[in-house]
Amino acid sequence: MQRIPLKNDTREVRLFGTRVLVAVILGAGLIIALIGRLGYLEIVQHHYYAELAQNNRISPVPIPPARGLILDRNGVVLAENFPVFTLQIIPDQVPNMGRLLLKLKTWIALNKQDMHNFRVRLLQHKSFQGVTLRAHLSEAEAARIAVNLTRLKGVTLHARLRRFYPLGGLAVDAIGYVSRITPSEEVGTQAARYFGYHYIGQLGVESSYQKELMGRIGFKDVEMNAQGRAVKVLKRILPHAGHNLYLNIDAQMQAIGEQMLNNRPGSIVALDPRTGAVLTLVSSPVYDPNQFVDGIGEKAYKALAENPNGPLNDRAINGLYPPGSTIKPFYAYAALQTQWFDPQKKILCPGYWHLPHSTHLFHCWKPLGMGMVNLKDAIEESCDVYFYELAFKQGIDRMTRYLTYFGFGQPTGIDIPGEYRGLVPTRAWIKASKKPWYTGQTIITGIGQGRLLVTPVQLADAVATIANHGVRMRPEIVRGIVNPVTHAVRYIEPQGYPPVPQRRPGSLKTLIQDMTAVVEGPHGTARGIAHNLPYKIAGKTGTAQLWSVGPNFRGKHLRADALFIAFAPVSHPRIAIAVIVEHAGFGDLAAAPIARALMNFYLLGHVHARLQNQQRSRVALAGTKP
Amino acid sequence: MTVFERWHLDRPLLIALLILALVSLAVLYSASGESLHFALNDAVRLTIGFVIMIAVAQASPETYRRWSVPLFVIGILGLGAILAIGVMRFGARRWIAIGPLSIQPSEFMKLSVPMMLAWFFSRHHLPPRLWRIGGAVLILLLPVALIAKEPDLGTALIVLLAGIIVVFLAGIGWRTIVSITLLTLAAGPIFWAHMHHYQRQRIFVLFHPQADPLGAGYHAIQAMIAVGSGGIFGQGWLHSSQAHLHFLPDSTTDFAFAVFCQEFGLLGNIALLALYLFIVYRGLQIAFAAQDSYSRLLAGSLSIMFFFDVFINMGMVAGILPVVGVPLPLLSYGGTSLIITMAGLGVLMGIHSHRRLVS
Repeated sequence: MQRIPLKNDTREVRLFGTRVLVAVILGAGLIIALIGRLGYLEIVQHHYYAELAQNNRISPVPIPPARGLILDRNGVVLAENFPVFTLQIIPDQVPNMGRLLLKLKTWIALNKQDMHNFRVRLLQHKSFQGVTLRAHLSEAEAARIAVNLTRLKGVTLHARLRRFYPLGGLAVDAIGYVSRITPSEEVGTQAARYFGYHYIGQLGVESSYQKELMGRIGFKDVEMNAQGRAVKVLKRILPHAGHNLYLNIDAQMQAIGEQMLNNRPGSIVALDPRTGAVLTLVSSPVYDPNQFVDGIGEKAYKALAENPNGPLNDRAINGLYPPGSTIKPFYAYAALQTQWFDPQKKILCPGYWHLPHSTHLFHCWKPLGMGMVNLKDAIEESCDVYFYELAFKQGIDRMTRYLTYFGFGQPTGIDIPGEYRGLVPTRAWIKASKKPWYTGQTIITGIGQGRLLVTPVQLADAVATIANHGVRMRPEIVRGIVNPVTHAVRYIEPQGYPPVPQRRPGSLKTLIQDMTAVVEGPHGTARGIAHNLPYKIAGKTGTAQLWSVGPNFRGKHLRADALFIAFAPVSHPRIAIAVIVEHAGFGDLAAAPIARALMNFYLLGHVHARLQNQQRSRVALAGTKP
Repeated sequence: MTVFERWHLDRPLLIALLILALVSLAVLYSASGESLHFALNDAVRLTIGFVIMIAVAQASPETYRRWSVPLFVIGILGLGAILAIGVMRFGARRWIAIGPLSIQPSEFMKLSVPMMLAWFFSRHHLPPRLWRIGGAVLILLLPVALIAKEPDLGTALIVLLAGIIVVFLAGIGWRTIVSITLLTLAAGPIFWAHMHHYQRQRIFVLFHPQADPLGAGYHAIQAMIAVGSGGIFGQGWLHSSQAHLHFLPDSTTDFAFAVFCQEFGLLGNIALLALYLFIVYRGLQIAFAAQDSYSRLLAGSLSIMFFFDVFINMGMVAGILPVVGVPLPLLSYGGTSLIITMAGLGVLMGIHSHRRLVS
């Protein structure tokens, strides 16, 4: 040991002491600063950081509710939800991926495409995220996986509810469909309202009753780690299932209508004239809404969109047709309100008509004419000359005013979106069109040609107005909304429009008698459907001729649409119908039998045997899910 | 003769260290996500640390003094070897692999540099002459430069600090201190220009952690969230959501103190700090009681350095110092750094227990 003199040591200790003292003072300053900082963070800023820690921790995960069911008037399910299973794998948790896939192959079907997609997704996802191996597992496959789940490390089974339309395209134009919510959806501005939902209604009641059907979203607060992996569920707010819709539509009657149109382009609308309840709403051809539910492929969509028969078109509400002779009863009604009109007075129908001081001839559909006809004969046999004359006498203003009373040229207010207003050439419209209006145009408007355009639902609503003593009801597809928990029903109240003016009492009765003659009369244009009828039908046939318009009809120069409007029973009408069959020729042949079949079913419960069998097999098919 | 005397142990220091070891086990068990395996691992490492401390304490100050130069030379050779054959990890050459062991010579210099400088100063009367200070600076700058070259700026600065403390305690004149400080400040911009981008980033982020919340500022922000959410009383043991949910990086090593803050709050912080300060206090007591200038300088500088290790880590977690990779002595899960710290504490005990009654 080195010897150091004692005197020196004392001096060195004193020096050391001074230095340590300085260091301690400096250190004390640092300690005060540190404690001050910790105190600032932990007391002053505590709430701020506590909230940040909480935000780090908790994240709300939506639980989508079950969408409301859609049922027909008898409880037949038209739209429902069923669980589909998706199998996901979290690569991080899998000890041996190859062995796991081999094991899974013995339980579920995995084709080459599935494996390829999985491998691609595996590269795209982070290893702690679930990677989908297969979506849409069958129930049997899901069950096999579920019982073995504890032995399959890293495998998760996700269930979600998929919208399903068990009857396929039946009544698709009334029901509409749902599709996945995409970020580009126009709900954008209300994104918060739709947060967490899978589907949003498109078209039909799925769209117009979206609010009732969607229910209320539930949430669970999930503790998440920094990698976004759920650790545990802290709180759960259960979702409220959407309300169920009961429709006025009768699925069987709807099926009869669709099958009788048999994919020919056309439309049928049947209403209860007393309430406006829509019993049937057919737009043919139909399409299967199920393919839209989880996104339709580009090819499939193109096929639908470019089909010349336009299945995606909802003809019932936006098909625009010249009404042809079916418009005649409404002009007749207008004339019956005047003092000068005498329904009994006969005029001569030589087969043609011309304006005074003009040589241009307007032809009757019967080339040689009908001889002397009064109003009843003119409606029963659909005399054009009589109505040329009537149009000439009434003038366009009076004609269009009464068409407006019956609801033409404006939306009927039916409870599905996308309805067209049609076209009634009123004076205001003529003025706005900035084109001259010739009297000849008034004349052909008098037999439902020219510029006049109506939709099937307008026709049905207008004929229902005649049946309902001049009171037009708003067509309603939905009958009631049912709370699935309390079963409380909220019925949709029938809504009437202001009644059609009736200045001469009995004029409506006269009109109905004349329309009954169309079916019951010896010369009635629809007498073909009158045999063996225990009730009476009042109706009017029509054949609308139209030079082809639009790209879909290229090549068909002249199309003749068959139309028929009717209601029954005449004594106390319970059903009013409008039928349009495109390119089908005369209304009495193509359209009237369809109306009769639906009325028979509705009023008598009769179903044609062949149809009944098809219907049964179709409902049976509904049990098997894709 | 008590057990403590026979084994050359210092009772107050040992008790404080054992308490710290228990705190470390509790915090790391929580920070590792309640992994018993991890806690056992920590226990094994702490035990090794204590064994090394006890082993070192058996040697007398004379032995330390004799080994000062050889150890320093070995350390310098180790640092030189790193530049030649070192193992590259995380973009820096800091380790030498000897079989399964990987050794960090730069950590070792934290102990060796004070020993070497204490030896250098104690050979002559104190306060040292200016030319001796110049020699000390050269001795100091050699390892600091080698460590900075790895690059490991954090450790280089800490070794530099350890050396400066010895120089300061040796009695360097106030005038010299002031002039060196001014010189360093003047040289600051030159250092800044020679720094790596990530090093500058860390210093920048110290002042603006929100500027890059998911990049350079992430550590700092998550640590502050952990500290701030602890409040006065803390969330309670095993309730550090920041660590359990993996928001806090390095929660078992450099940021273990953040976990402690979230779980035990300000009161826990003050208690822990008091425990550390007690160790520093006891170390300074030992220094004052030391019988020769080598022991005094070494004990004093090791105690003050212990304080700085604690302060730098806590200051980093609290966001008043930049994020440098300095563990909290004993509390953090560590390898080389724990062993070096324990060896340093063993030196303190050895100095105290080998005093002679009369000189």
